[in-house]
Amino acid sequence: MTARAWRSLNLFYVTVAAVFLYVPLFLLIVFSFNDGGTLAFPLSGFTLKWYRELWDTPELLRAAWNSVLLGAISSVVATVIGAMAAVGLMRFRFAGRNLLIMAAMLPLVVPSVVLGVTMLMGFAQINLPLSLWTVGMGHVVINLPVVILIVMARLSGLDANLEEAAMDLGATYLGAQWRVTLPLTLPALFAAFLTSFTTSFDEFALTFFLVGSEPTLPTYLYSQLRFPTRLPIVVAMASVVIVGSFLTVVFTEWLRRRGETQKANRVDSLAGDFAVDERRPGPAMRPNTPALERGSTPRGGK
Amino acid sequence: MRQRRWLIVLMSPLALWLGLLFLAPLATMVVFTFRAGSFGPEHDVFTLENYRTFFGNPVYGRLLLSSAWISFVASVLSILLAYPLAYYLAFQAGAHRLTLLLVIIVPAWISFLLRVFAWKLILGSGGLLNIVLMAAGLVDEPAPILLYSRSAVIVALVYSYMPFVALPIFVALQRIDRSLIEAASDLGGTGWQTFRDVILPLSMPGVAAAFFLIFIPTLGEYVTPLLLGGTDGLMFGNVIQSQFARALNWPLGSLMSLAVLLFTLALLAVFVRLTRLEDWVQG
Repeated sequence: MTARAWRSLNLFYVTVAAVFLYVPLFLLIVFSFNDGGTLAFPLSGFTLKWYRELWDTPELLRAAWNSVLLGAISSVVATVIGAMAAVGLMRFRFAGRNLLIMAAMLPLVVPSVVLGVTMLMGFAQINLPLSLWTVGMGHVVINLPVVILIVMARLSGLDANLEEAAMDLGATYLGAQWRVTLPLTLPALFAAFLTSFTTSFDEFALTFFLVGSEPTLPTYLYSQLRFPTRLPIVVAMASVVIVGSFLTVVFTEWLRRRGETQKANRVDSLAGDFAVDERRPGPAMRPNTPALERGSTPRGGK
Repeated sequence: MRQRRWLIVLMSPLALWLGLLFLAPLATMVVFTFRAGSFGPEHDVFTLENYRTFFGNPVYGRLLLSSAWISFVASVLSILLAYPLAYYLAFQAGAHRLTLLLVIIVPAWISFLLRVFAWKLILGSGGLLNIVLMAAGLVDEPAPILLYSRSAVIVALVYSYMPFVALPIFVALQRIDRSLIEAASDLGGTGWQTFRDVILPLSMPGVAAAFFLIFIPTLGEYVTPLLLGGTDGLMFGNVIQSQFARALNWPLGSLMSLAVLLFTLALLAVFVRLTRLEDWVQG
């Protein structure tokens, strides 16, 4: 087969695969405008009534709001704890480091159902009633490994000498972290937060075991799947979620691509303050250059 | 060293969180496997009854193996379906690469529950598949096709995980040195020979990572079988879930959780050994 034929065959396959990926989502959107009360073909006319009913279902809006709050709070906690640990793991050598990394990655390979039932039993042992708080604690556990991996990857691409340089120039440890490490890892922290948020917003398998009387969006949707008359409203909600997620992903991607082009400039300007030029091979510190003199008065100095 | 004390500050939140909310519950689970009942001090006695129940009844072991089989088939199928996608992305998409990548990833960001549920609209008796088959004259009257079966579970799992599977394969293909491919064709290799002898072996780390990414999480899956599986497509996760949600037999449920956890870790260990995961994790 010629390369050209091979290429068009593969293009055909890619098209079919893309259709396969989008048909189920497309069907949900089609049925959200379907007049009939059952989710089956043939379709029976266009309507917007499911969207109106959606708006008149306060429990659903409440569940959606719960999920937003839950995602935001648990992701902030996961990002802060995970980022601190990532700094510790990347910048220090200590006994038990590998053991700690293994323990931190373990939630990735423990099935959600197992994580759910163990936490359920743990909370029962200490008589902690189930609520959105217990769900949030669980979400932090599943998001920690991902945050740590993302932030560690970013830190490994940064020169540890930047911090050293800041401290040699008189910054305290905390000051160096705040002025150097934090700004340089900010894109990774943002990515970690967004990944955690989307995971938390969509999480069902673990949440199912830890949720109290206040539902999250996925547990609410699940509870509605049992009532056939409610299904069209669920499908309308699904369509909103699909379009919303789609726009969020496209927007995030747009932000990320803009960030990529700007990141290089930002690193240079910031690193310039500390007399380190990442583009130049050789020793990172170049004493007796004008750059170092510039660096001795850090940006926003005292 | 002066900053040494900062290490304690940096690591303590993680250690506390994982210790109290992850490791302690795991330990609770192990303790529960020896308990006589779910609640109350009267059940607070040491017993091996749960182990006798579990190992005395071959149903549990068989279900664990059939769940592993479902995961395995779903993993292999999604790798086979995702490989050409990744290949196209890496070698043929050209300037449209990032856009196409986005097209593949976006469905993965949409509610897992809803994506699984959507398959009822395709496989159900009034579903898309029936309409198409009836229009083609292949069936005479609508009937649920595949729905509430093991096949439905596999189809939905393949669908849900395909985007995640395509990514690591794409990354592995992307990393292949293009001059190796040129060298192969300069030395007279046909397109197929180049693929078989150069590209495929070099992409195997990505394939292994993809397998790992889908096989491990689907092994403990219970949501997809709950929605689409019926009785034929039940998986081990469903039995665990029902011990906690319906039967309220926490000790037996704990033992099943422990079993699936150990099974997962054992497979993982074998897998890491076979593929020498640590060699290419850094690369």
